[in-house]
Amino acid sequence: MFYKLGSLMMKPGAKLVLVALAILFPLVAKNEYQVYVMATAFIWAIAVYGLNIITGYCGQLNLAHGGFFAIGSYALGLLTADYGWNFWPAFVAAILISAFLGFLVGAVSLRLKEHYFAIFTLCVGFIIYLLLDKWEELTHGAIGVRDIAAPSGFGLVDFSETTPFYYLVLVFLVLAIWFMGKLSRSLLGRTFIAIRNGDELAESLGINLMRNKVLAFILSTTYAGLAGALYAGMIRFIGPEVANINHTFDMITYLLVGGIGTISGPLLGTMGIVWITQSLQFLEAYRMIIFGPLLVILVIFIPRGIVGSFLTWMHRKTQELGPAKRRQESKVTAATTTEAENNA
Amino acid sequence: MNLFFQQVINGLTLGSIYGLVALGLTLVYGILHIPNFAHGALYMVGAFMTYVLMIDVGAPYWTAMAGSAIIVATLGILLERLVFYPLRHSPPIHHKIAAIGVLLFLEASVQVFWGADFRRIVSPYHGILRFEGLIIPEQRLLIICGAMTLLIGLQYFLRKTMTGATIIAMAQNRDGAFLVGIDANRVAMMTFGISGALAAIAASLYAPINLVYPSMGNLVIMKAFVIIILGGMGSIPGAILGGMIIGFAEAFGGFYLASAYKDLISFGLLVVILSVRPQGLFTKGAH
Repeated sequence: MFYKLGSLMMKPGAKLVLVALAILFPLVAKNEYQVYVMATAFIWAIAVYGLNIITGYCGQLNLAHGGFFAIGSYALGLLTADYGWNFWPAFVAAILISAFLGFLVGAVSLRLKEHYFAIFTLCVGFIIYLLLDKWEELTHGAIGVRDIAAPSGFGLVDFSETTPFYYLVLVFLVLAIWFMGKLSRSLLGRTFIAIRNGDELAESLGINLMRNKVLAFILSTTYAGLAGALYAGMIRFIGPEVANINHTFDMITYLLVGGIGTISGPLLGTMGIVWITQSLQFLEAYRMIIFGPLLVILVIFIPRGIVGSFLTWMHRKTQELGPAKRRQESKVTAATTTEAENNA
Repeated sequence: MNLFFQQVINGLTLGSIYGLVALGLTLVYGILHIPNFAHGALYMVGAFMTYVLMIDVGAPYWTAMAGSAIIVATLGILLERLVFYPLRHSPPIHHKIAAIGVLLFLEASVQVFWGADFRRIVSPYHGILRFEGLIIPEQRLLIICGAMTLLIGLQYFLRKTMTGATIIAMAQNRDGAFLVGIDANRVAMMTFGISGALAAIAASLYAPINLVYPSMGNLVIMKAFVIIILGGMGSIPGAILGGMIIGFAEAFGGFYLASAYKDLISFGLLVVILSVRPQGLFTKGAH
């Protein structure tokens, strides 16, 4: 029964159903607040997809991810509030700035391996926070940035309303996931996985480690910058707390719960945890008491997260079924194996 | 000139604290090759335990410090048993994530019990020594002397006793240590215990001239990481020397340059050093 359900979820149509559900969501939501929460969750999911590229696919634990999210937010906020730019040019600029800074940081930090890289990026994340907090001439320090422009709707829609903004975020999320899917099936995506599975082996296959790692890093900071810019456009007021290291830790939890190195994991993990913490409001302040042990338990017992474990289970089930059945289900098997390979 | 010596005292104080914390971190790294992100949380728990033992139990400063060292050492051993031991065959990324999980848990738990307020530990040594126009607060002197005593004691333990030698042996060559019959579990637990005790003592020494709050470990741990990267990860003399370098850089940089950017100095230093020498300053080969 579960297997049938599982193979149904593997069908390409499932994606369309999901998108349709997301489109219908504002119509069935009880109030505007729920739409707002959903839009925030989508924004975080986009950022988690970025983390998935560098950490899930390429295997480098980047602890500065929240910092790049903050850079995207601040770039958009400062350009619109202080320099009077319109939303859309500032939006593009924010993404380009995040990508460019990602290139600079990546070029330095990715010369380091393993622990050194994680520690270095931890420090980079903290430097970003300190700069946002202390460099008052540029960032207004602890006061933060106010009066950030909302996206202009070209006279058609008003994106300062919650529901239109929700659809805007949804469009970007779908694009982000679509690109992620393309990437994971491409040679580049497989190159990233090869690097994760073994630096030296990948290098001996003729893979240019540095170039590919930096590319993965830039892609991930681009995602972070995009999410950050959307966040600034929705909240319209940001302070240095955006760069708090806890945001990075939150994103790692989302990624791990959903399934590191999978395509649907980041979405599932983010949605699941955001909605659980929302429904248990008292958890908000103390969520780390649960998240902390959750992270430990996950890496010890379920290191592949929900989606990863599900795919492994499906794969095994398909193998167990007789050859006749297997021929029937061959299409599904093909889909399962590629996904399972991706996160092996 | 006096101001200069004042900064030397400050540098020595900071360097001693950073050195103690970094030493615990580097010991664990040397044995298990785990960058223990939760080490700063152990430091923070150490300060809170001393605070609780002094205020709620009414113990004197030294007793409280000893009690806190024992509690945090036990916590360290528990961490090794419950978290890192089951992960011994996992890819390294899992250790780091688990350590982060422990860090988040400890910080949040302390916040639940004691709130996010800033607290103060009052030590019995709040006097000030004057020496030829130099002003030396007693507590700072205590920190410097205490740290030195601990370092010498630890050095003696590691170099001259059999138990200590097993730690060094395992840090130098894991397989070789197994071959001569060293019990890896015992060494790992002992190392985590020592590392926790060092963190608790460092926190208890430093807390009277600083404040006690749940996120107090975050900056310290990051600086400790900078230090052990400077000194070479796993190297004991490197941790002490690196601690002093960062301590002095902060004392002088904060005084002569800009105090608002004081915390940036060590991270800036790290970025520069790692950009030029990715394997650390004092290491011969890359780890």
